[in-house]
Amino acid sequence: MSLLVPLAPDPDAALARRNPVAKLAAVGIITVGMLLSLDAVTPAVLLLIEVLAFPFAGVRLGTLLRRSWPLLLSIAGVCVANVVAIDRGDVLLDLGPVEVTSGGLESAAAVALRLLALTLPGIVVLAATDPMDLADALVQRWHVPARFAYGALAALRLLPLLSADWQMIGRARRARGLDAGRSPVAHLRAFAGQVFSVLVAAVRRGVRLAQAMEARGFGATGVERTVARPQPMRRGDWLLLAATLAAVVLATAVSVAVGSWQLPFA
Amino acid sequence: MTAVAPVSVDVRGWSWRHGGRKAWALRGLDLHLEPGERVLLLGPSGAGKSTLLTALAGLLDAGSGGEQEGVVLLDGQPAARARARAGLVMQDPEAALVMARAGDDVAFGLENRAVPTAEIWRRVDEALDAVGFPYGRDAPTSALSGGEQQRLALAGILALRPGLLLLDEVTANLDPAGAALVRTVLADVLSTTRATAVIVEHRVEQVVDLVTRAVVLEPGGGVSEDGPPDEVFGRSGARLAARGVWVPGHRPDVRRGAVAAPGPGLVRAEAATFRYPAADVDALRPTDVTLRAGEALALTGANGSGKSTLALCLAGLLRPTAGEVVAQPALDPPEPPRPMWRWPGRDLVARVGTVFQDPEHQFVASTVRAELMVGPRRTGADETAAVRRADELLEQLGLTALAAANPFTLSGGEKRRLSVATAIATAPRVVVADEPTFGQDALTWAALAGLLADLRDDGCALVMVTHDTDLVKAVADQRLDLDRIPPTTRVDHAAVVVDQPQLHDQRGSDDEGTARGKQ
Repeated sequence: MSLLVPLAPDPDAALARRNPVAKLAAVGIITVGMLLSLDAVTPAVLLLIEVLAFPFAGVRLGTLLRRSWPLLLSIAGVCVANVVAIDRGDVLLDLGPVEVTSGGLESAAAVALRLLALTLPGIVVLAATDPMDLADALVQRWHVPARFAYGALAALRLLPLLSADWQMIGRARRARGLDAGRSPVAHLRAFAGQVFSVLVAAVRRGVRLAQAMEARGFGATGVERTVARPQPMRRGDWLLLAATLAAVVLATAVSVAVGSWQLPFA
Repeated sequence: MTAVAPVSVDVRGWSWRHGGRKAWALRGLDLHLEPGERVLLLGPSGAGKSTLLTALAGLLDAGSGGEQEGVVLLDGQPAARARARAGLVMQDPEAALVMARAGDDVAFGLENRAVPTAEIWRRVDEALDAVGFPYGRDAPTSALSGGEQQRLALAGILALRPGLLLLDEVTANLDPAGAALVRTVLADVLSTTRATAVIVEHRVEQVVDLVTRAVVLEPGGGVSEDGPPDEVFGRSGARLAARGVWVPGHRPDVRRGAVAAPGPGLVRAEAATFRYPAADVDALRPTDVTLRAGEALALTGANGSGKSTLALCLAGLLRPTAGEVVAQPALDPPEPPRPMWRWPGRDLVARVGTVFQDPEHQFVASTVRAELMVGPRRTGADETAAVRRADELLEQLGLTALAAANPFTLSGGEKRRLSVATAIATAPRVVVADEPTFGQDALTWAALAGLLADLRDDGCALVMVTHDTDLVKAVADQRLDLDRIPPTTRVDHAAVVVDQPQLHDQRGSDDEGTARGKQ
């Protein structure tokens, strides 16, 4: 759940002030760049540039690590799988059924670097973007339906309330004598019961929220909504896109220069 | 706040039946409001007051599956097509706020009504100013108190400049200080905007000064009384009070057994303290208190003073972060000895009953009767005994007719009574109730207060977290005011207990002298 709750970024940081759709487009550029490379050098160079640019994001390193540990863990898992599965090149370490080979290590490093170079900007952009700004920009620039964007935004506000519901319902069930004791089956049943109660609470909150939004004219037909917070594409936003493109091109150029670049699907 | 063009209201032969119901919620209603009139809408629970407000806001017909007769007109137009003319403020501000920041929330309605960008923020500031909102546009809505949230919700409506203001129990969920502030703001707003207003409020005395006319609705019928408030109350005050309307000067009686000396201590908090992870201050400052058999303790104090937190600790549902909550031998604590928060559920439910602030949180069964059998079953009662106990409670709380109904479909008052019944189904010796009388009509209030007084008289240790001064007067023997625990973090313990509030009422605000420290 914590992955979904917006961080409170420094609102004055260079990245936080950029138009959210420009930030999303920048992530898109990086994704395409990573899809077009298979080696370890391209992502390594790109990752280096990303790390150097990190201070402009206004996100604290500790916050970033706390948020992204599940991701780091799964990247580590992918690395281990690569090391174990790939049997190529010199054997560096023999652990009986498992051999660690130079080819396996290379492949693991390339995969890890690619995943990091790809996901780091995504996480940082998400963290350095106010959800309100994101909804505004999606509606104004990419013509996402307001009903969808602001509906999702309002639902986001319910998440902390639901987490409070979860705790209180857990207490209420214990007060009613319904905790599970030692049996694992009873634990599963109690968990299912609590999930159901929280779902009921969530639906009720959702219905009330929809009513409140409708009562203030949301979703009225025949009215062209105006915007309180215009989200224009400014010079800085175009600069962000240009800089991202330059970084991807540079990383690819370095890779080609050192002779490590390979065309994918070739 | 600028004046608006007040709206005239015409309800003609109007009836409404909710989807899937047999009975009409309102039948053949005729009502005319001149522009600028301010009306208090009265009636017993189930008279359709909120339904009428929803209809006036134009929010009733769209897809709700109900059936309608007659018309509801605002300035001669059907209400559903004149939604922009009406603004509805509801009971629970948390449900009304849509955006994460105060200014964005007020702006939300203006965007939907296509107000030009430059104009939006001028009107946002004007509305925030009109309700005396104490923070800036960037204030996070989730960090506001209930009273502040309600004022923000009101600002969100006022910014739209409705000519008809509809207020549905807007102070029912607030603590007394928050409610008083909202009422002051309302008085101010109503006199400056000159909008037509329809107000629904249980606690009539609190809003009667704001209105010029009182209208009484009959359940399943139309208007049964109409006139200036004084006349309506003079003519039929007693009759209305008997049907659950809070009428000024009519207070429900709660019979009280002879005040006996309290029995043995059952639960004791020793410097019980609670602090949320990563918080800078204690949610509950170190507190000493003893719950005694046959004694009712009221926990009072402003929102955020730690009343509910203390109640959860005393009920064995929350582990204090410092200090202890200790079950006394007279409560017959389970073996092996453990702190209350670690007791297995079945041991806890046999000894402590808890009534949660939101009744729905504690519902776990699909019928009212099954709900009442959960506790007895968990404590080892056989099927016949559990059924007998459930039927006894149904009878006692007037829920027999609803035995087969789903708890979630009950009315607010019925849910509250059921939640109290579930908490006492196992005849626990300690009963902890969080805001048991919140927003109830006078009949439900009297039933609940009577029940709580009976529990106390039968030897229960009763803890009530409440803002309701009437309840404190009627039932409590002791009061612990958590506002009076000094705000500094203390090393030693603080216990500020005022005995027998009845005895101290005449002292008014000068009850500092009755505060005593730890013995």
